[in-house]
Parts: sequence; structure tokens; C-alpha cells
Amino acid sequence: MLETFNFRVIVEYLPFYWKCFLATLWLSGGSLLGALVVGVIACAMRLSESRIISRVAGVYIESIRSTPLLAQLYFFYFGLPSLGIRMPEEATGILALTLNSGAYMAEIIRAGVQSIAYGQIEAAMSSGLSYLQRMRYIVLPQALGVSIPPMLGQAIVLVKDSALLSLISIVELTRAGQILTSDRFMPAEGFLTTAVFYLIIYYILKAFSHWSQKRLIFRGA
Amino acid sequence: MWGFYFEQLVQSIPFFLKGLWMTVAVSGLSLVAGTVLGFVWGVIRAGRGKVLKRIIGAWVDLIRGTPFLVQVFIFFFILPEAGIQLEAFPASVIALTNLSACFICEIVAGGIQSIPSGQREAATASGLSSYHQLRYIILPQAMRTILPPLVGQYVLLIKDSSVVSAIGVTDVTRVGWLTVQRIPEGIMVFGLVGILYFLICYPLIQLSNSLEKRMTVVTTKL
Repeated sequence: MLETFNFRVIVEYLPFYWKCFLATLWLSGGSLLGALVVGVIACAMRLSESRIISRVAGVYIESIRSTPLLAQLYFFYFGLPSLGIRMPEEATGILALTLNSGAYMAEIIRAGVQSIAYGQIEAAMSSGLSYLQRMRYIVLPQALGVSIPPMLGQAIVLVKDSALLSLISIVELTRAGQILTSDRFMPAEGFLTTAVFYLIIYYILKAFSHWSQKRLIFRGA
Repeated sequence: MWGFYFEQLVQSIPFFLKGLWMTVAVSGLSLVAGTVLGFVWGVIRAGRGKVLKRIIGAWVDLIRGTPFLVQVFIFFFILPEAGIQLEAFPASVIALTNLSACFICEIVAGGIQSIPSGQREAATASGLSSYHQLRYIILPQAMRTILPPLVGQYVLLIKDSSVVSAIGVTDVTRVGWLTVQRIPEGIMVFGLVGILYFLICYPLIQLSNSLEKRMTVVTTKL
């Protein structure tokens, strides 16, 4: 197999791969931003004092965590049109990825917030800080510091999960491999090139995650 | 129309149960094989052999850095070029076993490394062979750290098994995909698929959470 590995085809398809690489980047980047927003909101709801609000967020988080992303993706892809909502595949894909990652983000942020000793919040209260000030100056800076490494882990998962978008005919890296395979009958060249592009993203994020673990976590008293 | 489709869906429930059985078979086989392989790799990775350790580490990184879908395609489409013809089912089991072994390897290695080296030294001083050290001293203690994420890993494995529907294994997701061509009510069809996965995964997630709580209490008591 490898002695006939055709690098010329890969070079020929490289501009196409580059375009798909960028597509993967913006699809997962967009979903990551969305997931952060959804995660913060879901986490705030989960920690809310109102039972109902907390329960709603709980149902959302648990049902996302207990079902595969692919089933969720198909749920939106086939489900939204049957409700009369039509949108481009990319929007459906980003929506599914955002809601999926948002649930995991919510759990990560919750773990971060709950890692803060309650004494700190009491101290902030007795210093006369308002709720927003407590959040802004005491809770969030520490909670985010703790959350950033697992969030980067989730970002890695998100980039890999975006491969599933190829199954609803969005053109991104995995789809590029499929296209090369069906154009030229060269699955080895097609999918191994795809894998290399994913590995580039993986190693960059992993290095960043190592760096952040050294720099951003401070374990105070 | 909705009622009609609902009736149709109820009629195809046996088809869904067949798919569920396929999901259980694929993930069950990979779970057993992946656990065994993962433990072996994990022990090697936490051990002293430098070369093997590096090789396993590099392999784990490659697998963790690429999407499972791409791995499935590689096993399914590229191995035949190397002369290894695989049906969709064994190809999926192999890909899923390999994936879970890589993650379990990291969990096991982390668990073993969490045991203070004094334990191993004391065991060596008592004259235990390295197999007996592992069997009676290291692993029983490491299991406390290993078990909760291991169960969590099984949940991920069951969820990842949905990806093999892409190469035509008729698991629950594939059944949903086939059914939705006939019954164009995506919410209903994939709602049912979701419920079936939920029934398997939710209890496991709860188990993992409760194990985590119980194991942590034990460790802090010590």
C-alpha cells in the first residue's frame, strides 16, 4: 500500500484540503464560542436557587451527555425541517455542536465555580461587595483559571466531533478525505492527509493546554 | 399525519430493538477487548521499559488527536489496500477497541502513577515478584483512581459506537437514519433513538458519579 503512496495527488488536492481545513476551523471555532455562551448560561441556571430553573438546566445537560452527538446531529438535521424550519447544513451543524459542547462546558464551569471555598464568598460579602462585584473580582477569575485546561480539552473534543458534520454533507476536512477517495479511489491518501490536518490542530491545542496548566492555575491557601 | 407516523414508528420498534442489540454487541465486544488491551498498555506505559512506553505514548496521541470517524474510515477503507479485507462489523469493533484501549491506557497509567513509590519499594523488599506486586499491591489500590473514569469511558464508548453507522453497521443510529427516510418526522424518530441511548448511558453516568463520590471518601479517610 505505502510503496504506491501517491504524494502527487495530495499536492494536487492540497489547496482543496486547505479550504476544508479552514472550514473545520471556523465551524469548530464558531461552535466553541457558542458553547461558551451556552455553557455559562446553563451553568448559571444549574446553580440557580430556583428549583425549576435548575431542573431545566439539569435535564438539558443530562440528556445531552447521555446521547451520542451523531444522534443529536440527525435529530436537528431531520427534525427541524419536519417542524417547518429550514436552514443551511452549516447552521444545523453549528447548532448541534454548540448545544452538545455547551452541556459539557456547563459542567466544566460548574466544577470551577464549586472549587472556590465558600469562605471567600462570605469574606467578599462581609467586605460589602455586591453580587456582580463578587462574581467579577472573586469568583470568575479563579473559576476560569481552574476551568481553562479542561475547556481546552473540550475544544480538542469539539474539533474532532466536527468530523461528524461530514455526514450531513458539510464540506470540511473529513469530507475532503471522502471526496478524494471517491474521485480517485485513493482512501489511504485521502484519509491519512485528513488525519494529519487534524493532528496539527490537536498538537497545537495540546501544547497550549500544557502551557495553561503551568501558567494559569494558582493554588492559593 | 402525526398520528399516522406515530403508529408507523410504533410498528417499527422491533427494528429499533434489533439496532439496539447491534449497538450493545459492538460496544460490548469493544468494551471487553478495549479494557484488557488498555490495562496491558497502561501497565507498560507506567512501567520502566523506555522504548515500548514511547511507542504506546505516540500511538495514544495519534488516536486521541484524530476524529473517530476518520479512524473508522481508515480501518475500513485502507486496510483492504494492505490486503486485509474486513467486513463493516469487525472493522468497527477493531476501531472502537483501539480507541477505548488508548483512553483506558491513560486512565490506568495515571492510576498506577498515583500510588506512592514507597508501596512498590516495600513490596520489593518483601520479595514479591513484579507480577505479584502489580496484582496484590499496586492495582488494588490504583483501582480506586481508575474505576470512576473507567466507567465514564464506557459511556463515551457506547456513544462513540454510533459513529460506526457511517460505514453501514445497522446500529440504533443507522436504524434511525433508515427509518427517517420512510417516516419523515425527524424529531420523533431521533427522539426515540435518543431515548434508547439514554436508557443505557444515564445509569452508567450515575454509576460513575457515585463511584467517584465513594472512592474519594475512602481515600480521604486513609
